[in-house]
Amino acid sequence: MPEEGSDKVSISIPLSLYRKIEEKIAGTSFSSVEEYVTMKMENEFPAEPVYSKEEEELIRERLRRLGYIE
Amino acid sequence: MSSPHGGRLIDRLIPPEDRPRVEEEAAELPAVQVSEEMRKDFESIAYGVFSPLEGPLLGGDYRSVLERGRLSNDVPWAFPIVLDVPEGAASSIGEGDAVAISQGGESFALLHVEEKYGLDRREHAQRVFGTLDGAHPGVAKTWAMGPVLLGGGIDLFRETPGMFPRYRLKPKETRFLFKELGWRTVAGFQTRNAPHLGHEYVQKTALAFVDGLFINPLIGRKKSGDFTDEAILDAYEALMRHYYMRDSAVLVTLEMEMRYAGPREAIFHAIVRKNFGCTHFVVGRDHAGVGSYYGPYEAQEKFREYPDLGVTPLFFRSFFHCRRCGGVENDKVCPHGPEDRIPFSGTQMRELLLRGERPPREMMRPEVVDAILRHPEPFVR
Repeated sequence: MPEEGSDKVSISIPLSLYRKIEEKIAGTSFSSVEEYVTMKMENEFPAEPVYSKEEEELIRERLRRLGYIE
Repeated sequence: MSSPHGGRLIDRLIPPEDRPRVEEEAAELPAVQVSEEMRKDFESIAYGVFSPLEGPLLGGDYRSVLERGRLSNDVPWAFPIVLDVPEGAASSIGEGDAVAISQGGESFALLHVEEKYGLDRREHAQRVFGTLDGAHPGVAKTWAMGPVLLGGGIDLFRETPGMFPRYRLKPKETRFLFKELGWRTVAGFQTRNAPHLGHEYVQKTALAFVDGLFINPLIGRKKSGDFTDEAILDAYEALMRHYYMRDSAVLVTLEMEMRYAGPREAIFHAIVRKNFGCTHFVVGRDHAGVGSYYGPYEAQEKFREYPDLGVTPLFFRSFFHCRRCGGVENDKVCPHGPEDRIPFSGTQMRELLLRGERPPREMMRPEVVDAILRHPEPFVR
C-alpha cells in the first residue's frame, strides 16, 4: 500500500536476493538496491511512447508505404 | 520494448512550420563546417538515436565518458560524441553564442554553444581506442581533429533524405513499428556485411528467445573490398524473403560511421539499438574491432561494467560449418576437430564472389549469392 503523501510503496524481497544485488551493484553507478530493482522493473514495464493521433497516422502511413506493415 | 536510454527519447528536430524562420536566423550566424559523417551524427542526435544526448558533449560529460564510460550523471555512455573545430574558427565563437552548422555548402542545424574546451588528442586516442598507433583508423582520425571542442544543444532544421530512404526509420517510427507487430522483445543486430549462414544462425538463435529481430546495417563510408551498401541490402532482402518467418524480422538502415573503438563502441552500439526500441543486442566476436587491437571477446567482457545498461547483450562466439555435425556449430557445442570444421571466412567468400564464383551452400544461401552477383560491382573499389 502506498504511504500517505508518497508516490512510492515498499515491497519485500528475500534477504539472500537483496545481498546478491548489493554485491552485483558494488562499484557501479547504483547507489542502492532500490535503484537497481526500479531500473529492472522500468525495463520490464517501460513507459509507452506518446504519439498524437496525427503523428500516429503519419507514421502508420509511412510504414505501410515502405512495406513494413500492411 | 526498452525505455529510451536516459529515460526520454530526444527530439531536436525543428517542426516544418518553424524551419523557414530558423533558416533565416541561421543565415545571420557564424557558420561551422562539419563533415558528412558529423552531419549524420547531428541527425542521429536530433532523431533520438543518441538519446539522452541533445548535442555534442559538454566538457564535464566528455571527461566523464573518457574516464568512466559514463555521462556525468552516471548514465552509461561509452563513446564521446564531440564537435571539434580548428583554432581559427573557434576564436570567434564564445560560450552562449549560437552558430550555424553547415555541410556541403548548406546550413542544416543550430548549435547553442554552452561550452568551449580543449582536446587532448593523445589522451582521447588512448582512452577511447586503447592505443596511440596511427595505423588504427580511429587514432588516425583523432590526430586530424581540431584542437577545440564545442558542446551544447542542437536544433536540426534541414534533413537529408538519406542514402536509402526506403530503409531509413527514426526511433519513434521503429518503436511504433515494433508495437504494431506485437513485439515485446526485440534483438538488435548490427552488420556491415552481406549475410552468410553464420550470421543467419546467430540471428535465428536470438529469435528463439525474442519476438522480433531488428537487422540494422551501418550505411556509409566503407573500406575498399567491403560489400557495397546496395549489395548488403539486396542480400538481406533475399535472405528474409526465403528463410525468415513473416513479421519476425525487419531491415532498417543506420547512417553512421564505424569508429573501430571495439569494446567502447559495442556499448555505444547497444545503446543506439536500445533507443530504437531493442531489448536485446547481439554481440559477436571482436565487435567493432579492427586489426588485432582488441581481444576477440573483449567487447563482450566490457558489458560486465554496465549492469545498468537497460539492454540485454546476447553473446555469440564464432561459428563454423561442421561436416560431421552436418550444420552450423560453434566451439562451445561441437566436439569435433578443425579437420571437420569449415570456418565462415569472409575473405574466402569475397574472393570467390569477386571471381564471379558461388560460395558453397554450406557458407551462403544460393538466393543470397544470386542477389549479390546481380550487382556488377558488389564490392567497394
